[in-house]
Amino acid sequence: MMRLPPCGYIAPATLAEATAILRDEGPEAAILAGGTDLLAKMKRRQQRPSTLVGLRRVVGLRGVRGGPRSGLRIGAMTTLAELERHEAVRAHYPGLHQALRSIATPLLRNAGTIGGNLCLDTRCNYYDQSFEWRRAINFCMKCDGDVCWVAPGSDVCLAVASSDAAPVLCAFGARLVLAGPRGERTIEAKDLYRRDGIRFLAKDPAEILAAVLLPPAGRLRSSYSKLRRRGSFDFPVLGVAACLRFDRDVVADARLWLTAVSMAPVQAEEAERALVGRPLTGASIDEAAECAWARAKPVDNTDFTVRWRKEMTRHHVRQALGALTSSVRFA
Amino acid sequence: MARLVKRRVNARPRRRAGILARQAGRRPGPVDPHRRVFLRLHVNGADHTIAVAPHRTLLEILREDLGLTGTKHGCELGECGTCTVLLDGIPVLSCLALGLECDDRPVVTVEGLADGPTPHPLQEAFTELGAAQCGYCTPGILCAAKALLEADPDPNRDAIREALSGNLCRCTGYIKIFEAVELAAKRRREPRAAPSRETLFGRRD
Ligand SMILES: Cc1cc2nc3c(=O)[nH]c(=O)nc-3n(C[C@H](O)[C@H](O)[C@H](O)COP(=O)(O)OP(=O)(O)OC[C@H]3O[C@@H](n4cnc5c(N)ncnc54)[C@H](O)[C@@H]3O)c2cc1C
Ligand code: SF4
Ligand code: FES
Ligand code: FES
Repeated sequence: MMRLPPCGYIAPATLAEATAILRDEGPEAAILAGGTDLLAKMKRRQQRPSTLVGLRRVVGLRGVRGGPRSGLRIGAMTTLAELERHEAVRAHYPGLHQALRSIATPLLRNAGTIGGNLCLDTRCNYYDQSFEWRRAINFCMKCDGDVCWVAPGSDVCLAVASSDAAPVLCAFGARLVLAGPRGERTIEAKDLYRRDGIRFLAKDPAEILAAVLLPPAGRLRSSYSKLRRRGSFDFPVLGVAACLRFDRDVVADARLWLTAVSMAPVQAEEAERALVGRPLTGASIDEAAECAWARAKPVDNTDFTVRWRKEMTRHHVRQALGALTSSVRFA
Repeated sequence: MARLVKRRVNARPRRRAGILARQAGRRPGPVDPHRRVFLRLHVNGADHTIAVAPHRTLLEILREDLGLTGTKHGCELGECGTCTVLLDGIPVLSCLALGLECDDRPVVTVEGLADGPTPHPLQEAFTELGAAQCGYCTPGILCAAKALLEADPDPNRDAIREALSGNLCRCTGYIKIFEAVELAAKRRREPRAAPSRETLFGRRD
């Protein structure tokens, strides 16, 4: 049996209590949501929290409120499966629905939460390995070591952002409610992430992600396209999230986000500019794909070769944008 | 087994994890890593009160404390699905569930599928069609399939494939498994339904 390292456990009943415990316990404590990421990491000794603060009993963190007209408020402890089955998400936020369905397996989505997904640890071939494997090559900077095996000259860790929901929420312009010992604050989803594989979340360890706020669906059209090794389940090696607002035939607003090409989700601004102010056609999509390709700068630390992952950016941008128009044909 | 459980319960005075947080007035500290706490589990309809350390997984508790070794351990990292059990009726991976998080919630394992001496229709269909070979993946697949049939009594092939996509099998090639789930579903409507021609002869004509 692969055992968890010994740790304490507490299940507070309110957010205030939970944040106070996290403050008192310090950064050695970890927030436990569905545990599908954290517990596996603990078994491989990539993380060794002194105490797990389980959010299961905290009231008001689970469930979806609102509707497509007013926007949705999604509690952070809502499971991925619950969200995937939610009618408004399926019908009005298809990009999110597609991303959710591509995450892990139905069994993991029954336990895994949206909050845990957004706070998912970054990934790297030299980090997501057993303790013995990592010890054999000598540990890397992200855990127990002091050098980066991907780029030995680098002083930041280059482990990649691997959440499938994060790029979609960035593209939607979603906002996040963070509850901390000193009260609540609301930030843009994109501002949760930092380009640092070790300290990848721009929040205090005692802050709990309480809710995700999705804007009104209006005339937004969204989609998500993912590259992975196995069709059944795998982490993204590249993910493209697109969210467009149309004014009749013309694209009035475009957001294109990439994941798994850097330590944080990446916005492809040039590609967005190539789309805005004109109808969505094969030509504008090709142009956007070209710009996104230039923006994607994967490094050699996940599955597949870097060149091919970069090359596939074009294809997946075409795929994601192509899904937003039924009439576009490619040469 | 009863003796084992009893001995553990009596070993040291302990606190109940769930209750800790609910105590009014003062904020309780976390359960100490090296201390065991009482955990109330409802497994396959029976109640157990056992003392466990906070870092024990549901899988370890089922197999090692309760002696329910029907639930298998494979990768123990969420990748294979053989440890699947039903928690609140929903299939989840017991290798990634902390025991204390299952306090007071119903758990069903493969041992709980049969109705007394009568196997579950899924178990019948799996045996009849050879949907289990080495059998290591079977307990997890049966639990996931049971949840599927309860949510959707007549699932098509795609729905079955999707529901079982987190359960890896190295032996059968999956077709037999899908056919067994289909047969069990069919028998809920027609108890005497026979396997299809395709299942038996590998072709439809
Ligand atoms: C085999 C396998 C395949 C997977 N495939 C994918 C995949 O394809 N795509 C993908 O995106 N993910 C994948 N995952 C990762 C994981 O299952 C999901 O990301 C899941 O949503 C994590 O949620 P959780 O509730 O289980 O998080 P946990 O494991 O409980 O927590 C994850 C991290 O977030 C922190 N955290 C959790 N909740 C909060 C909160 N409310 N506020 C602040 N911090 C919090 C925790 O402290 C921890 O560091 C996979 C996992 C496995 C084991
Ligand atoms: S990018 Fe470098 S430091 Fe970061 S996990 Fe990989 S090898 Fe370690
Ligand atoms: S043992 Fe739990 S998923 Fe493999
Ligand atoms: S029967 Fe052997 S793994 Fe499925």
